[in-house]
Amino acid sequence: MEIDPFIFRLSIFILSIFVGYYVVWSVTPSLHTPLMSVTNAISSVIIVGAIIAALAGSSDKIFETSNVFGFLAIILAAVNIFGGFLVTQRMLQMYKKKKK
Amino acid sequence: MTPNLSALFYLISGILFILALRGLSSPETSRQGNYFGIAGMTISILITFLSVDNFGTGFIYVLVFLLIGGSIGAFIAFRIPMTAMPELVAGFHSLVGLAAVFVAIAAFLKPEAFNLGNIGNIKLASLIEMSLGASIGAITFSGSIIAFLKLRGIMSGAPITFKGQHLINLILGVGIIFLIYYLCISQSSNVFWSLVIISFLVGVLLIIPIGGADMPVVISMLNSYSGWAAAGIGFTLENTALIITGALVGSSGAILSYIMCKGMNRSFFNVILGGWGATDQTSTSQNKEQKPVKNGNADDAAFLMKNASSVIIVPGYGMAVAQAQHALREMVDSLKKNGVKVSYAIHPVAGRMPGHMNVLLAEANVPYDEVFELDEINNDFANCDVAYVIGANDVTNPVAKSDPQSPIYGMPVLDVEKSKSVLFVKRSLSPGYAGIDNDLFYRDNTLMLFADAKKMTEEIVKSL
Repeated sequence: MEIDPFIFRLSIFILSIFVGYYVVWSVTPSLHTPLMSVTNAISSVIIVGAIIAALAGSSDKIFETSNVFGFLAIILAAVNIFGGFLVTQRMLQMYKKKKK
Repeated sequence: MTPNLSALFYLISGILFILALRGLSSPETSRQGNYFGIAGMTISILITFLSVDNFGTGFIYVLVFLLIGGSIGAFIAFRIPMTAMPELVAGFHSLVGLAAVFVAIAAFLKPEAFNLGNIGNIKLASLIEMSLGASIGAITFSGSIIAFLKLRGIMSGAPITFKGQHLINLILGVGIIFLIYYLCISQSSNVFWSLVIISFLVGVLLIIPIGGADMPVVISMLNSYSGWAAAGIGFTLENTALIITGALVGSSGAILSYIMCKGMNRSFFNVILGGWGATDQTSTSQNKEQKPVKNGNADDAAFLMKNASSVIIVPGYGMAVAQAQHALREMVDSLKKNGVKVSYAIHPVAGRMPGHMNVLLAEANVPYDEVFELDEINNDFANCDVAYVIGANDVTNPVAKSDPQSPIYGMPVLDVEKSKSVLFVKRSLSPGYAGIDNDLFYRDNTLMLFADAKKMTEEIVKSL
């Protein structure tokens, strides 16, 4: 019997939880705020779902209900992506070492 | 583009996101890490365009909306003051949550676009995944909105509790599980909408009983939820990048919540199930007796610190509220000119989100190698001449070590009282968030400086 592709995705998911566990424990506590803002930005990769939803169907009916939800989700995720990465960048620029 | 090829590219995005988090292990590598994150995001979006392969009118709209959202995001990112970072992050969480809900709705309305089956006949696994994503996303959204309102001060930070609250939450929680089950049998859109609405309600009810100073736990928890919501949608869309990211963010938020709870010596459930100060406040305010307090002014403080050989600064949320970080840096600069050794001690739960104080100090140009965590610096208080407590309170209370009756007993605290003298900047003698009196105020080696944190620090700079 063939293995259901779901099992592969579940494996990726569980292994990623472990990767996340070890990677996040090694984040220095002084960077916990940038950690939160960057995780925010990357979780907005949900925009891929929003794009698929927005572009679904034929091009003469681009504003059906499901497409509208897709477009709205694109705006929300885009705010997060740009806002998240830029504010993280802004914070990280401020962390400086002592001038010797 | 073939599905196999795009799956490989999504995997690359996922790996770049792991590297983005990995970079945060030190400030030197962190900026590079952020570029990895941006690269991963760019790849994901481009691959999605190529694999949908629909470059008609819709595509123009996608670009337009992407730019609108992006400009709003960029505008906020550049304009937001660093002190407002907790509410910004809470606000961003709510957007991820709502985006997850919208994508789930779109997938439910047009399952064929996502290869999930047809309306009324959606694959069982997909239905479970999308309803989980929608439900967790909705909880993240409304919960984050409440957290945002509390942090912003639009809503009172006091815990809102009422009778039977836990019972209602339990019933709604069971209701969500039942609705998901019922949705799977009936495929009815009414059930789906009820699920979304009840989840919004749960998010609100979950966060209102949690008080202002527990916000570090709440924000971390919502961070985690936003990750699990993304992962749920990732399973629905069969998208590796989204699954990996969801798992990373989910575990990141969970670890941060754990660190924050440990910083308060409280269990996660103790925080979630509601107010701390709410129960203990009455008993302590009644038996409060008038104890003598030593009251000082800026000149006394300047004199003490100028003649010290080492000073440890203990910042807390009050420093953020008063925006005193720049004045503080000036004070430290003039102390250093006088040959005083200065370092900063940060308690894990200082401020309103993990790492909040570190960002504020970094903003004021304090080098990060002068800033230390609780474990690193706690032994140094015994050899230090002056501890300057600015805007912190409960995290310095020695009662946590001595009085088993105290609600904060067992919480790790900074051993501020061990230094030769303590300068405590505070507006009044009022108790902190935990609702208990700070024993430190009445110690012989404590000098209270009653003033706004910023004004007092500026006055000290003048008299230095």
